[in-house]
Amino acid sequence: MPGDAILFYVFGAVMVVASLLVIGQRSTIYSVLLLIASFAALAGLYVLLDAPFLAVIQIIIYAGAIMVLFLFVVMLLNAPHEQAPADVERHWQGHGPRRLGAVLGLALLVELVWSVWRTSALQEAQVGAASARQLRALGSVREIGHVLFTDYGFAFEVTSVLILVAMVGAVVLAKREI
Amino acid sequence: MTAVLIAQIALIFVVFTALLMSAAVMVYAERKLAAGFQQRYGPYLVGPKGLMQPFADVLKLLFKEELRPKGADSRLFYLAPIIAATAAFSAFAVVPFGGETTLFGLLPEPIKLQVADVNVAILVVFAIASMSVYGIVLAGWSSNSKYSLLGALRSASQMISYELSYGLALASVLVVAGSLSITEIVEAQGGSWLGILPRWFVVVQPVGFIVYMIAAIAETNRAPFDFPEAEQELVAGYHTEYSSMSFAMFFLAEYINMVTVSAVATDLFLGGWQGPWLPASLGWIWFLLKMSALLFFYIWARWTLPRYRYDQLMQFGWKILLPIAVLNLIATAAGVIYFAR
Amino acid sequence: MIPSLTHYLVLSAVLFAIGTMGVFLRRNLITILLSIEIMLNAANLAFVAFGRAWGRVDGQVIVFFVITVAAAEAAVGLALVIALFRHRESLNPDAYTSLRG
Repeated sequence: MPGDAILFYVFGAVMVVASLLVIGQRSTIYSVLLLIASFAALAGLYVLLDAPFLAVIQIIIYAGAIMVLFLFVVMLLNAPHEQAPADVERHWQGHGPRRLGAVLGLALLVELVWSVWRTSALQEAQVGAASARQLRALGSVREIGHVLFTDYGFAFEVTSVLILVAMVGAVVLAKREI
Repeated sequence: MTAVLIAQIALIFVVFTALLMSAAVMVYAERKLAAGFQQRYGPYLVGPKGLMQPFADVLKLLFKEELRPKGADSRLFYLAPIIAATAAFSAFAVVPFGGETTLFGLLPEPIKLQVADVNVAILVVFAIASMSVYGIVLAGWSSNSKYSLLGALRSASQMISYELSYGLALASVLVVAGSLSITEIVEAQGGSWLGILPRWFVVVQPVGFIVYMIAAIAETNRAPFDFPEAEQELVAGYHTEYSSMSFAMFFLAEYINMVTVSAVATDLFLGGWQGPWLPASLGWIWFLLKMSALLFFYIWARWTLPRYRYDQLMQFGWKILLPIAVLNLIATAAGVIYFAR
Repeated sequence: MIPSLTHYLVLSAVLFAIGTMGVFLRRNLITILLSIEIMLNAANLAFVAFGRAWGRVDGQVIVFFVITVAAAEAAVGLALVIALFRHRESLNPDAYTSLRG
């Protein structure tokens, strides 16, 4: 459907621009808000990929809880703006190393995109011949729940222990006196 | 442009206008009921029995000067009420308020009285509710004032704490109904036992209903959980520095959140638009009646109960309400498995 | 052009590279954590795209776990940032180099 293509490009553009601004601009609060926008676009992409449940989970957990946590920390610390490269003493924070870092990052980008693009024929060969309706039924909650609790049941239980450990750890680390 | 498409687009406008009017009705109802509970008259000068009072309020707010404190970050300052109002309105997009109707025979095929029928509708409501936290947090931060920031942080942490119990109460309904689509949940409440007692989930899940209503009151920052907005404690919390239309947006967002939460409670626990004597296409009348009963309860709670202190509020949310919600979910799941055999 | 698997993977690669650049270039602990989240989301997108291409639901289930682990990691990471900030009043990772030999 042509509508899907337009939506893909719109959401993709929002994600890329928002991510670039997250790493590119000074104020930490704006970075957090732009990342939230990026996650909302990602949720849109999940809907296009026939994963509506995952899209809503992304909004609830990532954009609705994790980012709130980031926002709280930024506000509590009253995070000062990052120092501009001009007024730092140490040598390896200056302009030169930053430019080298940017070049390396661009090299990584080009390499990744090129390797993905080159194997596109291989990817097309892998694509199964499932019909559109089957694909839509894939992302249903029933299907995800079934696989989650049978094939991935152990991982599910381990994840719950992991969350408990993270909760206790976060409380202990952030306390003033234990 | 088929007739059905036109009807669906018109439905969007009808819902939007209805939500705006409901906020106005709620303002009036709140003041009149508060007056009744406090044995005084309430507004009676503007229009017959004071019915034009909300419009007078809106006019006053429109003509007020739009202020912004000096150190306030202007982009975030104006973004916050927009987020709050948008989240409030969007949450109602997936809530059905009536059965299928052909608009008295005008349409060739029936349309659902729901702006968007998504089959993960409950989660969408929950997701948008968790987005409304940002309106509050950004309002507090961008006002550059200590009352606002404190109020905003307290309000936000209260909202995310009670979201857990809210979600668990929703989950217990899901377990009983077996579907995430609100339309299907309402239809699962059709029929009755012994011809008298309707199969509403409030009968099957009384604890879930109580947990849901308490969590909903805390989520919408209403008394007795409105410490962050308390006049005596924090001036007006996160919307201290706002005036005119920005303040009106927060005000509007709060009332529409109340309406949305009551609408979801009506659909999930009170059988939605089903009721005796009326055909399914006029079910929205029953829906309005049930929703109004819940909103009356909301207003009643505000003007009767004293306010919780912030630490009492958090203790209640984490140490009492959350365990009850978890136990309710486990008991519901056990019950469903046992009785399904 | 209808977006095919390759389009989604290219988008995922671009986002991952942006996240990596953020970790390299920014000298602010919170922005580094945000860049890590960008990288995790890029990986999630790749998982879901592949899962759909192969007609299996495992892609989405794995993403479910990745989101959970990312939440746990963000919580602990931010707690560490708060604890560190109490010591040095700085969010610059170069302020915490006392173990450097």
